[in-house]
Amino acid sequence: MLSRTASNLFWLFRYTERADFVARILDATMRLAALPTSYNEERNEWNSALASAGNVALFKQHYDTVNEDTVRDFLAFSPHNPSSIRNCLASARINARAVRTALTAEMWETINDAWLELKNSRGNDMDRDAFSDFLEFTKTVSLHFDGSAYRTMLRNDAYYFTRLGVSIERADNTARILDVKYHVLLPESERVGGSLDYFQWTTILREVQAHTAYHWVYREAVKPWHVADLLILNRQMPRSLACCYESLVRHLDLIADIYGRRGPSQRLAATTSAQLASSRIEEVFGHGLHEWVGKFIVENNQLGAEIAEQYLI
Amino acid sequence: MPVFDEMNGVAGSGEVRAPYEQLKHWLARTPRELLDTRRSQAELFFRRIGITFAVYGDEAATERLIPFDIIPRIIMKKEWDIVSRGLQQRVKALNMFLADLYGKQDILRAGIIPPELIFTNPFYCLEMQGLKVPHDIYCHIAGIDLVRVDEETFYVLEDNARTPSGVSYMLENREVTMRLFPELYSRHRIMPVENYPDALLACLQSVAPRSGRREPNVAVLTPGQFNSAYYEHSFLADKLGVELVEATDLFVKDDVVYMRTTEGPQRLDVLYRRVDDEYLDPLVFKPDSVLGVPGIFGAYQAGNITLANAVGTGIADDKAVYTYMPEIVKFYTGEEPILKNVPTWRCRDRESLAYVLDNLPDLVVKEVNGSGGYGMLVGPHATKGQIEEFRHKLKADPSNFIAQPTLALSTCPTFVASGVAPRHVDLRPFVLSGADGVEIIPGGLTRVALKEGSLVVNSSQGGGTKDTWVLGA
Amino acid sequence: MRVRIEHETHYEYDSPIRALIQILRMTPRSYAGQHVRRWRIEPNIDGHLRQTEDALGNIVHHFSAESGARSLSLQVSGEVETTDTGGVVKGGVTRAPDVYFLRETALTAPDEALRVFAREASDFKPDDVLGSMHRLNNRINAEVTFDTAPTQVVTTANEAFAMRSGVCQDLTHIFVACARHLGVPARYVSGYFVRIDGVVDQDAGHAWAEAQVPGLGWVGFDPANGISTTDAHVRVAVGLDYLGAAPIRGSRWGGGGETMAVKLTVEDAGGSIQSQQQNQG
Repeated sequence: MLSRTASNLFWLFRYTERADFVARILDATMRLAALPTSYNEERNEWNSALASAGNVALFKQHYDTVNEDTVRDFLAFSPHNPSSIRNCLASARINARAVRTALTAEMWETINDAWLELKNSRGNDMDRDAFSDFLEFTKTVSLHFDGSAYRTMLRNDAYYFTRLGVSIERADNTARILDVKYHVLLPESERVGGSLDYFQWTTILREVQAHTAYHWVYREAVKPWHVADLLILNRQMPRSLACCYESLVRHLDLIADIYGRRGPSQRLAATTSAQLASSRIEEVFGHGLHEWVGKFIVENNQLGAEIAEQYLI
Repeated sequence: MPVFDEMNGVAGSGEVRAPYEQLKHWLARTPRELLDTRRSQAELFFRRIGITFAVYGDEAATERLIPFDIIPRIIMKKEWDIVSRGLQQRVKALNMFLADLYGKQDILRAGIIPPELIFTNPFYCLEMQGLKVPHDIYCHIAGIDLVRVDEETFYVLEDNARTPSGVSYMLENREVTMRLFPELYSRHRIMPVENYPDALLACLQSVAPRSGRREPNVAVLTPGQFNSAYYEHSFLADKLGVELVEATDLFVKDDVVYMRTTEGPQRLDVLYRRVDDEYLDPLVFKPDSVLGVPGIFGAYQAGNITLANAVGTGIADDKAVYTYMPEIVKFYTGEEPILKNVPTWRCRDRESLAYVLDNLPDLVVKEVNGSGGYGMLVGPHATKGQIEEFRHKLKADPSNFIAQPTLALSTCPTFVASGVAPRHVDLRPFVLSGADGVEIIPGGLTRVALKEGSLVVNSSQGGGTKDTWVLGA
Repeated sequence: MRVRIEHETHYEYDSPIRALIQILRMTPRSYAGQHVRRWRIEPNIDGHLRQTEDALGNIVHHFSAESGARSLSLQVSGEVETTDTGGVVKGGVTRAPDVYFLRETALTAPDEALRVFAREASDFKPDDVLGSMHRLNNRINAEVTFDTAPTQVVTTANEAFAMRSGVCQDLTHIFVACARHLGVPARYVSGYFVRIDGVVDQDAGHAWAEAQVPGLGWVGFDPANGISTTDAHVRVAVGLDYLGAAPIRGSRWGGGGETMAVKLTVEDAGGSIQSQQQNQG
């Protein structure tokens, strides 16, 4: 397969995954912001959303204050933010268009229709209900798109590259949430029974749609180290770093089998995955959660670069 | 001037020409509503396949939907045999002419063509001088535009020796007609066109540089998705089963061209390029071209890759050179040309210019380096102002113009708003030249001027297309 | 004259390059007016250097390298023995017939203003092409100011003429455009020039034109200096315009932005020999 084709597929799926992630962050933040102020005196949820889903420095170049309006605009619609939902879907479509023949008709139509709808949408000029609908639309597009891929694509190298895109992006997104929210997960910051903390933790779970999963897995009240465990090490949790890396290893191995050659990306993914599989959450906290996550993000980017070097350019 | 209709012959004769007997019956029996239904079905089909490639939502997408006329054009075997032999002869001569121009230049020495016509022509590529191409074939894929004026006569209107397009319409038109009118189709013995992709692939493989190691690697080079013919490039790559590459997918190392693939660099042997000469290599031609591959011309000179068509074939489809085609055919084949040129006045000659200036209202005047129906005067349809404007242009730069009589192009029954009515058509057959000789797919692309009385069939000027049936017996 | 040339082109890249390919027209060939005593092209990174010849007879090097280099220096050095032929070029090699050099290019197609200038400045006389070309050369020299500021590699003859300023490349394009318009085959020459004022360090190579004069053949005209070519000119490559004779045309993969610096010295190496001879005499 042409490297360009593989690259387009990889990025197509990174962008749709990212659009979904940004939509979920915005959705959870809207809920948190809707809480009565007595629960939350330092109203910094929009700061936090910005830090999780965007580039703060870039934001500051274009807006003076952080509030619902500016963050919504920046994360959902801004043409200046390469990771805004609008730009993600536009970039996804450009990539899709370039590999039109490698996609099934359903996949193409999903992404093209979404882009057309977005092109004609009003941008940030909408009330909360309309904005919620917009977020719902974004999530549906990603779901529909990924679902069509799962149901209709041939299981060959093209499909495997799409999985790499999804998993790398998802690992990065999960790690970014952890990186921004690490302080509320640290054991020493726990104020038992503090309602603010409780809401912060459940917000994290909501952001990654893991609220129900949490209770299913841990069968007890929300505790910060369980939240961290779920998002980092739990292989059953589709957004956990461990699960993303299992998928990366599996699909990199499938690619290596087809081409009959392994390389640096297989080695790096396998190493990280093995570390995740053998770690316990206490060890992660022992290293300092913030440092650990920071290191992970760097390594995950490194894997992205190795995949690019080995296959995509 | 009497117009020859391919179904009814010359007006008033009251006869039906043999190949159209079945069709005429069928048209008489088929209600207007059914034709309407079939037409919308055809449109839907084209819209669907067209759109998924040309991508709806983009402003350019509508360009791709060139109107398709559902009534096929029919050519008899004995007519086609003559055309086919004429095309063979002409394309063979074109290739010999190119080999000679970039080689010994016998034809210039023989005084048949004025050398300055060649050497000052922007399509003559000096870089090709002395370069040997495999099997001396330059023009692997030619599209020769023909017009018919009566029972016997087909004229060559234009030779397209660079990157003729339209073959995807030929293939799709056939596909659609077979779906829409299976019963009509099955009542004729129609020679197939579906083998074109196989023939093209075989042709391209046959001219690979001698490597002997393995099956030659072929790819199609496109300027990219924003090119108006991108759909065709993508369609052809798909049918050939080869990669559709853009410039950035290729690189040159030590005079060898490679594709960047997920399995590492893959050596390329033959490139069916749909990128014009001047954009091909920014190190040799236009330096700001981003559509080209730096160093590819060096690889070509080193004999490590075959480009189809070869660089520099534009000199053979130049309108000024066209006027010499009868002499060119005679010079290289020793035979009389089977297909005639449209009688043409070269305005560079003083007497011709005088004649042209005196007869502008009756003539078609063309710019030598124009294409697509622009820069053209159709005398009988022009206003006085337009004629005077051209008179000035002609006097200022006579050698940039040729003139031809307005031909009575043949007509074919066409389904238009008012019902079935005659419309003017031309024909572009596609001719493949490979190591094993010349192959011609029976038929080609029929273009039809949908406006009543119009002689301009170009799609950019409101032309449509038709399926073209060559009967096997 | 014995001309010694040291010409270094140095590129700095923002990040390491992945691959590089260049076409170099930097090697003079010997003909009646010049004898190449020694000549060397030396890139400072490993690569593949292949010498060929193009259709105009220029010596061409194809240089390609795959490298993580962050900079590249091309060192060209040599010595050429020249003789003053009164501008007449004999013994050059080309596969192109003279009429080829009537061909317009994007950089040299004249607009109406330039056409008018061509006829008027040359006071064109078909039976005195040499005189006409001299007049044209002098008028370009007089009317178009040498100035490195306003023009670029892609400036056309028309643009430079409209500004009445440019570098030797632009003046040459103007000459070539005018000559061709008058029906005189003309070509672009790139090379080196020993400055009359004795300044050895230069910013860039030189360019001038050659026109086909009946009875004489190709004759060199240097509009930047307003003279016919002399033994101070070292002829390296010819083309229809700058692009056909450009010393370096290149492309690379990776590396980001680049900065280029040129160090060039062109000197008369025979000076000391002459003074010795004088002493002996």
